[in-house]
Amino acid sequence: MTLLTVEKLCVSIGGASILDQVSFDVAPGEILGLIGESGSGKSVTALSIMGLPPQGAKTKGSIKLAGEDILTARERRLCQLRGQAMGMVFQEPMTALNPLLPIGAQVAETILVHERVSKAEALERASQTLARVGLPPATFPLSRYPHELSGGQRQRVGIAIAIAMRPKLLIADEPTTALDVTTQAQVLDLLKGLVDELQMGMVMITHDLAVISTMAKRLAVMQSGRIVETAATEELLRKRRHPYSEALFAASTHKVELPPPPAAQRTLLEARDVLCAYPLPRQGMLTPRRALRAVDGVTFTLARGERLGLVGESGCGKSTLSRALLGLEPLQSGSIMLNGAPVRPNAADTQWRRTIQAVFQDPYGGFNPRWRVRSLISEPFHLLEEPPSGAAREDAVVDALTAVGLCAADADKYIHEFSGGQRQRIAIARALIIQPELILFDEAVSALDVSVRAQILDLLAELCRKRALSYLFISHDLAVVRSVTDRVMVMQAGKIVEQGATEQVFSAPQHECTRNLLASAPKLQIKNSAFQ
Amino acid sequence: MKAPTSLIVGGVISGVVLTAAACSLVWTPYDVKLLDVAQKLRPPSLAHWLGVDHFGRDILSMLMLGAQTSIAVALLAVGVGVAAGAPLGLWAAARRGGVADELIMRGNDLVFAFPSLVIAILITAVFGPGAINAIIAIGIFNIPVFARLSRGAALTLWRRDFILAARVAGKSSFRISWEHILPNILNLLIVQGTIQFSLGVLAEAALSYIGLGAQPPTASWGRMLADAQTLVSLAPHVALAPGLTIVLTVLGLNLLGDGLRDLLDPRLKAARG
Repeated sequence: MTLLTVEKLCVSIGGASILDQVSFDVAPGEILGLIGESGSGKSVTALSIMGLPPQGAKTKGSIKLAGEDILTARERRLCQLRGQAMGMVFQEPMTALNPLLPIGAQVAETILVHERVSKAEALERASQTLARVGLPPATFPLSRYPHELSGGQRQRVGIAIAIAMRPKLLIADEPTTALDVTTQAQVLDLLKGLVDELQMGMVMITHDLAVISTMAKRLAVMQSGRIVETAATEELLRKRRHPYSEALFAASTHKVELPPPPAAQRTLLEARDVLCAYPLPRQGMLTPRRALRAVDGVTFTLARGERLGLVGESGCGKSTLSRALLGLEPLQSGSIMLNGAPVRPNAADTQWRRTIQAVFQDPYGGFNPRWRVRSLISEPFHLLEEPPSGAAREDAVVDALTAVGLCAADADKYIHEFSGGQRQRIAIARALIIQPELILFDEAVSALDVSVRAQILDLLAELCRKRALSYLFISHDLAVVRSVTDRVMVMQAGKIVEQGATEQVFSAPQHECTRNLLASAPKLQIKNSAFQ
Repeated sequence: MKAPTSLIVGGVISGVVLTAAACSLVWTPYDVKLLDVAQKLRPPSLAHWLGVDHFGRDILSMLMLGAQTSIAVALLAVGVGVAAGAPLGLWAAARRGGVADELIMRGNDLVFAFPSLVIAILITAVFGPGAINAIIAIGIFNIPVFARLSRGAALTLWRRDFILAARVAGKSSFRISWEHILPNILNLLIVQGTIQFSLGVLAEAALSYIGLGAQPPTASWGRMLADAQTLVSLAPHVALAPGLTIVLTVLGLNLLGDGLRDLLDPRLKAARG
């Protein structure tokens, strides 16, 4: 017997089709994976199932939950169903919880909405549910507030809210995308256990094939509002019938071919005992202020031509270190020497700044929306004493654009005319334009879809072949770091706990932290591709 | 994209007032310096659309000239507020958490804490009544409004990656504020400027009403209202005309401000679909 049947679901907004003939079904106790890239309509599908299609959307087809049609149900009935018959887990555990309510009250709220029980009883059941998701009241009292919990713990609270009424259907929209690999593994285990125990049907939405291939029995591949292929996970791992699924799988296991590293050269970047600390709030009136050591005695060198990786969980100090290397963060002690000159957070000091440029994570927030691409990518010219002008400047802009696979005409466009991947290309062009000796990639591909990510990584390898490029690649994604670096450092709690040649570190990890990271990272194992 | 209704209505009202003021620079239906006492307190007629006041001046002509004063005072007052407030706010945001930030914002709080009318009376008491002093008095109270607005908007922008990229390009915080932050908060300043403009019109009328604004013979809506108050029972149109003009103008400018915000705020754009 099927629990959820979606049949020929079409959603359109103002004449534009968002979903087109989407059909799938989920049985009790089954996990269905809905995969696809951003904009493919995964989230709209999830929200439509919850009876919350986007405002102004027209829907056709049917969504039947245990025989009852969601699309034709009245809002009052839907309010009963939401939370009671179907629960939802959201991507962002930061924003999915009310920051002003303690966690116990938030879980109890779901129960109080749907059942006539006393507040005390609801809280009692909330504490049982929280214990079930791994937050026992002994260590995590109901009076805790969301800000007192870590990301993974918050996501557990989100799951507790979703399953408090033991719904028949659970929808998880990118439930682990915002989490670290180790936390991700735990949350995935939890979800899997809950599905088995409560015999729920679950629709899990993700863009990460590696994650879903360990979870779901069946996968549905979505592309621009259509389901192009539905098959058992095992089968899909062996053979893909639709070219888009094949492309998606190929991109997920994409390996870039880096040219061999150049022979040992002189040191470009040298960090010695770098310490960056933030003062924490005072515990009492007279107690001394304690400091959070975000970067705690980091020492490393980067030789010219070297491609160095830096991995670690969120909060380990990666970002602070990268900002310190860019001279945006004052050092409490230690030194950073770039090309023999000390790195200091002083904007007027352009000498050393000329040797380092950066590419940041967010392809959307990384550009001034009111500037044309020409001005955007030529901004680093500010660092040169005699910036090229006139035709020479135009040539440099065109060179940088063509180097990253864009064309000269793009210089006159505004940033909103580009897709996420193109924007990241423009960010790389901006970093390349003054031909710095070192480029710092701070989670530069983390926000991109797999196929776009593969293209950007290929671009990186191509640039390495064309010019002597040295870079520091900071990421939480082990697979990416493995493919684009020669040497890697692992960071934990502000310290570098392990470093060495990338292959060696990944195949024979020495430190506990590295081993944990590697063990938790989901791996996608494609057995036998029809196209290979 | 469809323009919001409030923008159209507000734009039309503001446009009429602006045109009337511009027109009065070269032409008014009657010369207000010629006092036609025989006609005094005549109710509205075809010859005098809005009637005649107690000196025998045409009220429509007076209102048109008064619009000049209102617009000039309010515009310059907003100008003072933006010119001083926006740079202060941007400076505070660039030094967020620092001494300058703290000093600027606490200074703002100080100005906010003063009752504006009392200060206006103080300024005119010291320097004498007049349009210039009214501009200064109203302008001072516009400064903290724009300083707060710019600081708040700039603070969120400082966290964006493109500011980080500009800092990596070695740009000073002054240049970043000028090149990156200011263009991105301009729409907010325009919307707030429209709303402050309507408040300026109101404040000018209030100051003139108590005799601290523009002095005769300069025409002013507030003055007309003050002059007419003893005649309300005798000739209500003399008081109603400037009163309704003030109400309509302020309403129109507020609608314009709301409409502009709807048009310029991308979040509301999304909600409109």
